[in-house]
Amino acid sequence: MNIDSFRKIEQSVFYALVAVIGLIAMIGMGASYYMEEHGHVVTGMNNQIVWGMPHVFAVFLIVAASGVLNVASIGSVFGKTIYKARAPLSGLLAIAMLAGGLTVLMLDLGRPDRLIVAMTHYNFKSVFALNVILYTGFFSIVAIYLWTMMDRKMNGFSKYAGFGAFIWRLALTTATGSIFGLLVARQAYASALLAPMFIIMSFSFGLAVFITVQSVMYRWNGLVLDEAVRRRMKNLLGIFVSAVLYFTIVYHLTNLYYAKQVAFERFILLDGGIYTTLFWVGQILLGTLAPLAMLFYPDAAKKCNMVFFAALLVIIGGMCQIYVLIIGGQAFPLSIFPGMTESSSFFDGQIHSYSPSLPEFLLGLGGVAIAGLITTIAVRVLHFMPEDDFRHIERRVITD
Amino acid sequence: MSKVDNSRRNFIGAGAVATAGLVIAPGVTLFDMANAKPAGEAASSAKRWGMLIDSSKCTPGCNDCVTACGKENGVASTGHPQTDPQWIRKIELKELKSGRSHSLPMMCQHCAEPPCVDVCPTGASFKRADGIVLVDRHICIGCRYCMMACPYKARSFVHEEHHDQNPDVPRGKGCVEACTLCVHRVDNDQQPACVEACAAGNKDAMLFGDLNDPNSEISKRIATYATTQVRADLALNTGVRYQGI
Repeated sequence: MNIDSFRKIEQSVFYALVAVIGLIAMIGMGASYYMEEHGHVVTGMNNQIVWGMPHVFAVFLIVAASGVLNVASIGSVFGKTIYKARAPLSGLLAIAMLAGGLTVLMLDLGRPDRLIVAMTHYNFKSVFALNVILYTGFFSIVAIYLWTMMDRKMNGFSKYAGFGAFIWRLALTTATGSIFGLLVARQAYASALLAPMFIIMSFSFGLAVFITVQSVMYRWNGLVLDEAVRRRMKNLLGIFVSAVLYFTIVYHLTNLYYAKQVAFERFILLDGGIYTTLFWVGQILLGTLAPLAMLFYPDAAKKCNMVFFAALLVIIGGMCQIYVLIIGGQAFPLSIFPGMTESSSFFDGQIHSYSPSLPEFLLGLGGVAIAGLITTIAVRVLHFMPEDDFRHIERRVITD
Repeated sequence: MSKVDNSRRNFIGAGAVATAGLVIAPGVTLFDMANAKPAGEAASSAKRWGMLIDSSKCTPGCNDCVTACGKENGVASTGHPQTDPQWIRKIELKELKSGRSHSLPMMCQHCAEPPCVDVCPTGASFKRADGIVLVDRHICIGCRYCMMACPYKARSFVHEEHHDQNPDVPRGKGCVEACTLCVHRVDNDQQPACVEACAAGNKDAMLFGDLNDPNSEISKRIATYATTQVRADLALNTGVRYQGI
């Protein structure tokens, strides 16, 4: 195959890809319309589990969006050259994933038609309201940052914009973690630990998403990532995954120390059914131990696929972690009368059940598709491909 | 000087007073009624509405308060127990050590420091000056953050359309709602429906009144007997207090 015919095929594949992702996004929008029309009674959410699958997708996308910008920050703020080459893609992914996450969050509202109310009425004591401001500000600041990187005349301002974006993203993830951290009512939350934990989770999930997207882009263009670059990125991912593990251990150990939290910990760690399985198998085994073994395996840097699959596992583990935190945290009943057993027609004192319905799953997937669509089109029309010094990059020869 | 007979004058005087009384009294009464709650007058922080529930008088299995609330506010079962809103519910409790049991109604505790008001992004969750915690259904976006924040599971999300609504209590799909302490009745100098129903059933387990007025029955009872705030550890200063637990 010569390069021209390859380009022709590649073009059709691109349009097919856009069509497929676009279709998934449309199905997601259709699902939200269905939920809107019939009310949330058609979802698995109820008056016990008030936040469900859409929130798992939305929180993952938003946390990973702030984390993926780290790649740019390491380049601009800390001056690492190999990360500088990746800064534009990192900024694009941050915007795309935040857009996807916010779309899901907004379309899951009971009254999404009142978006304008959310934009015009602020209760500044609410960390949710603060997040609305931080999210919209994040779009602007990352857009300016991208402009300073991609317009040669503006390059001089890139470091300052990058520094601003770095501070902003730390504030944003702190506020996202605080959505849960400031909930005094529930045993899973009400902990200042959640804010820094969300930051380290964002580092890990964001870098995993970046490595995955970068691998696909290189494969698509017939390029092979330089081994030194891959080694640095996989080591960094390993450190972030370990740090998330550390925070997870501290979170559960502190809970186990408080007598009033022991029953909740027992639920998550031992007899919580799906939540216990997702914690041990999803988050710890698949999302932490397996990727760590793959990332620190001798010569892992030489194996493209191993790093790619390790990053994929980190993403799956991250989804499991957020599912356990959000849904598992609500499934355990509120302790309204400590020291007493409670029963009522409103399910007091019982483990609450939740079965995600297809529409809410499709809405979440729609958010991922929106992020994918923005990324796919943007990398096609603008220059987002991470380019290292080509002396270190071997280009695969395309032959007939 | 001849003696004056005052009986005629006294009769005329008494007649004048009685006539004046008859003429003015209804006006005064009307003025008083009108003056009590002129339309549009804001709730005053001079009052703090509250409730005292005596669990020793509350019988297991009695659901009068729940039924009355449902009827008054148009909160009816749709056959979906997981998603049906409940503004007030009966909780049966059993102490783990002693096995002693209690039965009591649980609803919005109308906290002085309500977590639902703190977390609401748009300010739809708000506390009136007289302590009643409400949801402004015009600006509630249905995010359910208040439901995550409430330690009493007092709030419900409206998962589907509801018909046959009480015009005084409009409800809407996609918004969050909870006990309003029957604010529409309280503003008309009536008692909340649950309290009235409890008294009608000769239980008298629920007492409604002004916690700011030291001479009110509720304040006197709270000053005399040991009462409890549920989840007092959270220091939310609840408007609903319990006796007997």
